[in-house]
Amino acid sequence: MSLKDKLSELRQRGLADIKKSSDLKDVNQVRVQLLGKKGPITEVLRGMRDLDAEERPKVGAFANEIRDDLTAALTQRKEELEQAVLNAQLAKETIDVTLPGTPVAKGEPHVIQQIVDQIEDLFLGMGYQVLSGPEVEEDKYNFEMMNLPKNHPARDMQDTFYITKEILMRTQTSPMQARTLEKHDFSKGPLKMISPGVVYRRDTDDPTHSHQFHQVEGLVIDKHITMADLKGTLQVLAHELFGDKFDVRLRPSYFPFTEPSVEADITCFNCGGKGCKVCKNTGWIEVLGAGMVHPNVLKMAGVDPDVYGGFAFGVGPDRFAMLKYGVDDIRNFYLNDVRFLTQFTKKG
Amino acid sequence: MKISYNWIKEYLDLNVKPVDLAEKIERTSVEVDGVTTPSDGLKKIVVGHVLSMEAHPDSDHLHICQVDVGEDEPLQIVCGAPNVAAGQNVIVALPGSRIADNVKIKKSKMRGVPSAGMICALQEIGFSEDVVPKKYVDGIYVLPADATPGDAVYDYLGMNDSMIDLDVTPNRGDMLSLFGTLHDLAAIYDQPVKLDQPDVKEDGTAIADQLAVHVDDQLSPQYRMRLVKNVKLAPSPMWLQIRLWNAGMRPINNVVDITNYIMMKYGQPLHAFDYDKFAGNDVYVRTAKAGEKLTTLDENDHDLDENDIVIADDKAPIALAGVMGGLSTSIQDGTTTVAIESAVFEHDHIRKAAQRHNLHTDASQRFERGVNQAGVQDALDAAAQMMNELADGEVQTGTVVGSQNIPEPAVIDITLTHVNAILGTELTMDQVSHILESLGFKVVVNGDTLTVTVAVRRNDIHIPADLLEEIARIYGYDQLPATLPTGRMTMGTLTDKQRLMRATRHSLEGLGLNQAISYALTTEAKAQMFMMRASEPTHLAWPMSVDHAVLRMNVVSGLLDDIAYNSARKVKDVALYEQGRVFYREDGTDRPSEEEHIAGAISGTLMPEAWNQAAKPVDFYQMKGIVAAYLKDMAVNGDVTYVPNADMPEMHPGRTADVLVHGHRIGFLGQIHPLVAKQFKIAATYVFELNLQAIIDMPKQKNQYDVISRYPAITRDIAMLVDDDVTNDQVVALIERRGGAFLQSVKLFDVYDGVKVPKGKKSLAYTLTYQDKHETLVDDAVTQAFEKVSKRLEDDLGAQIR
Repeated sequence: MSLKDKLSELRQRGLADIKKSSDLKDVNQVRVQLLGKKGPITEVLRGMRDLDAEERPKVGAFANEIRDDLTAALTQRKEELEQAVLNAQLAKETIDVTLPGTPVAKGEPHVIQQIVDQIEDLFLGMGYQVLSGPEVEEDKYNFEMMNLPKNHPARDMQDTFYITKEILMRTQTSPMQARTLEKHDFSKGPLKMISPGVVYRRDTDDPTHSHQFHQVEGLVIDKHITMADLKGTLQVLAHELFGDKFDVRLRPSYFPFTEPSVEADITCFNCGGKGCKVCKNTGWIEVLGAGMVHPNVLKMAGVDPDVYGGFAFGVGPDRFAMLKYGVDDIRNFYLNDVRFLTQFTKKG
Repeated sequence: MKISYNWIKEYLDLNVKPVDLAEKIERTSVEVDGVTTPSDGLKKIVVGHVLSMEAHPDSDHLHICQVDVGEDEPLQIVCGAPNVAAGQNVIVALPGSRIADNVKIKKSKMRGVPSAGMICALQEIGFSEDVVPKKYVDGIYVLPADATPGDAVYDYLGMNDSMIDLDVTPNRGDMLSLFGTLHDLAAIYDQPVKLDQPDVKEDGTAIADQLAVHVDDQLSPQYRMRLVKNVKLAPSPMWLQIRLWNAGMRPINNVVDITNYIMMKYGQPLHAFDYDKFAGNDVYVRTAKAGEKLTTLDENDHDLDENDIVIADDKAPIALAGVMGGLSTSIQDGTTTVAIESAVFEHDHIRKAAQRHNLHTDASQRFERGVNQAGVQDALDAAAQMMNELADGEVQTGTVVGSQNIPEPAVIDITLTHVNAILGTELTMDQVSHILESLGFKVVVNGDTLTVTVAVRRNDIHIPADLLEEIARIYGYDQLPATLPTGRMTMGTLTDKQRLMRATRHSLEGLGLNQAISYALTTEAKAQMFMMRASEPTHLAWPMSVDHAVLRMNVVSGLLDDIAYNSARKVKDVALYEQGRVFYREDGTDRPSEEEHIAGAISGTLMPEAWNQAAKPVDFYQMKGIVAAYLKDMAVNGDVTYVPNADMPEMHPGRTADVLVHGHRIGFLGQIHPLVAKQFKIAATYVFELNLQAIIDMPKQKNQYDVISRYPAITRDIAMLVDDDVTNDQVVALIERRGGAFLQSVKLFDVYDGVKVPKGKKSLAYTLTYQDKHETLVDDAVTQAFEKVSKRLEDDLGAQIR
């Protein structure tokens, strides 16, 4: 048998062995057997001494080719086997991905806070400042400077927690109108502010009444503010909080600190304006009070009503939340049942 | 006030349904609480004529009636009413009918006797007990003799009329009457309205000889009386009774009903006295004297004082002016001479009297808001005329006038430019003056200026802004354009304080706590728990309940209330935080100062049990981790330290720490005392409360980039035995002080005080990390530093290095 034939046979046998090897250890053994120092190829090459000088390079090249083939086959087999081992390992590691994820501790903002934040962000974007005032107020700011002198009948509309004759729990965030107007320097620009906060009324708590609730006051005073601006602003607010499909309508009302005074209704969200139980078949739901700031309020705060004027509004985040989410009992907001607090988490 | 749709239609040519009219009123004038038609929901209720009646054989009170309901055969109906009698026309609910509250009436048997339907009381077909004439309250109602059997009863009883319930704001007293409402509707629908003028027939005898009134015109700017003799008391005619009961008033007798009717029509409260019961012929309008008493019509006794305005005769008060008449001079069977009072009383006095005596009447409601001062005499005349027509009374000639200060109408100048500038409209002069004239105001136009003379009935209109409202609402708010304010730009930004308060909330939410909003008004005891400084409690003068009577001086107690609420509802794992104010008051001052606080409370576990993890009940260190992470977020400048505090009565003495920033106490943290937990009926709870205002005011660190070293760090572990009273803080402080220039961090990784440690000792183990930012650290340098610090631990803290 010629050396070349020997080598060819060697290749056949080698490739078969490699193919037969069943694990990495096997592959290694085959490698040592075939390509090792005592292996057949080495042996064959040793036999080259006996060949002609002319034959030698040809056989040498052929031997190298075979060595390369075998090496490649070994590498490939090794990779195949490694992959199989890895696959087996991964198969063993398979888990039930339908088991629940590990719980994480996560807190949520209060639903009222979410609404207040939303209102704040809206008005910040329109150039308003956010101001907060004292919850324990003077009668002067809560009532008198809001054009509600002592004995004014409308004081009955707001049953008040008094601390002394002159000190009370604020019944509205409106006193911030007076406090801000007193301080504002109109030479620096118009006054545009909202004032969110907690207010108190002398009420017995029940599903629709709470002795503590929230209000956001809004106030814009400049030289050329119109009632149309008020209407537009309230429309923007309704669209932001409820969606673009909601319309706003104004109705006459009465507040001592605004003239004209209006209530604003928005399209009933339950029926979309068709009329249902929620809106008492009117298609509208009352959401806030507003108006053009009464000249007396400006005067008392030292602002000239012949030069400056504007609008004010007061919205109730509690009422908004009740309407928007169908909350049927206002006390839920202040009793802090965790199952209630964690319902308003959808942010997408 | 409930106003009748049919009554309105007598004056205005309206082609609208009651609900649409109500909607229009709501959009333009005042709120409408609802529209009701009494016959709505009722079915098959007809007039029946009781042909005969016999006693039920098995009952001592039931009667068997044969009732003609306009059909071929009479119906047999068993009736238990005490006043049913043969010959009456009655209200019959036929078999298959529907009466009040959606109750269906079927044929039935009553004690064995078949009964085809029911003879009804007014209450059974939806009348409120309060409006049913006294005579019929305890029995069936008897219809007029001329009613036709078989006819539906609704028209006989006025039940097809629609009542529009106006919720009148305090400024619109004029809307508490038919005439006031008609004036507004005339403007809304742009129609002329003609209101009837009284035409009183006097009998020729002068009143002046029989009655004199003496009036303090500060108390009563107008006071007028007429005298009507020989009245014949009787039930009012049906049309009048219907007007009253549909409006929510009980028909009494013709004289009293007339006063109520005139009040509804004109808005002017009247009072009818029995003249013969007066002591003397003089009537006084004055303040009450201390000690005087009055029994009012409703048979309640009132102690009067100088703040009450009374009508008095020579001897005693006979009425609480503008609120309610007295019983002694009231119209009763046998009354023949009636003194009718039509007056105006000072509204403040009336408001206070109504409050003080808890008597809120139709009269007081109108006087508080102000009545039409130009219509006082008209109302009086109209009442006298009706007493003549309906009660055959002889109206004495003339009116006794005690005071007659009719106010001048308000005259207001306003320019068209101003109207359009404020409303944002482009109205013409014609539009504006037409609107004002349609309200019954006089308008004189001069160039751009309108000079408006306001009708006296509109006592709410004094200044140009008031006219703007009239123009805007009649023009229609729907027609206003919607724009946004223009003008100089302003910045809308949060202040640093507001930003930090938002960051506080976000931080604590990220740490797993839910935001709570609790009541700031609490009990006196809870208000004073967990005090962070000395303060007087602030009490409400007139709380609604002891549960909400005092302003809180801590936030934690409210959170414990919340946890208790959850716990009572079987929610045991509760993690809350609250950002809110506490109210501190100095002794001798009335008004507390308000301080922003931040507090948290965890009960149960923050990490609930799951299939792959056991529940980890909250402990001190978890709460401390939350506080530390929060304070790290807020980046206050200065070291945060935790110092044991065994002195807070509501806190566990061994598990409470004060939180200090740069040595200043800003709050506390720890486990609430087991006795406090018991008091709130809650499980072990960990809390913290911090003075948020202090955190806001403290200087803050700013974010800054710090180069991350490319050179490797070397760590060394050290374990040591120390006495029990040596704290972690002491060890860490010493290591940090003596650790050398390359010490980057010290991390506690083990605390052990089990059996393998001698009594009185504990084992602490730390990992020290060394790193040089500029080159690779040499092992030797670390060893040197490590040995040095080990030595100091031995020397200074008596540690045994292990």
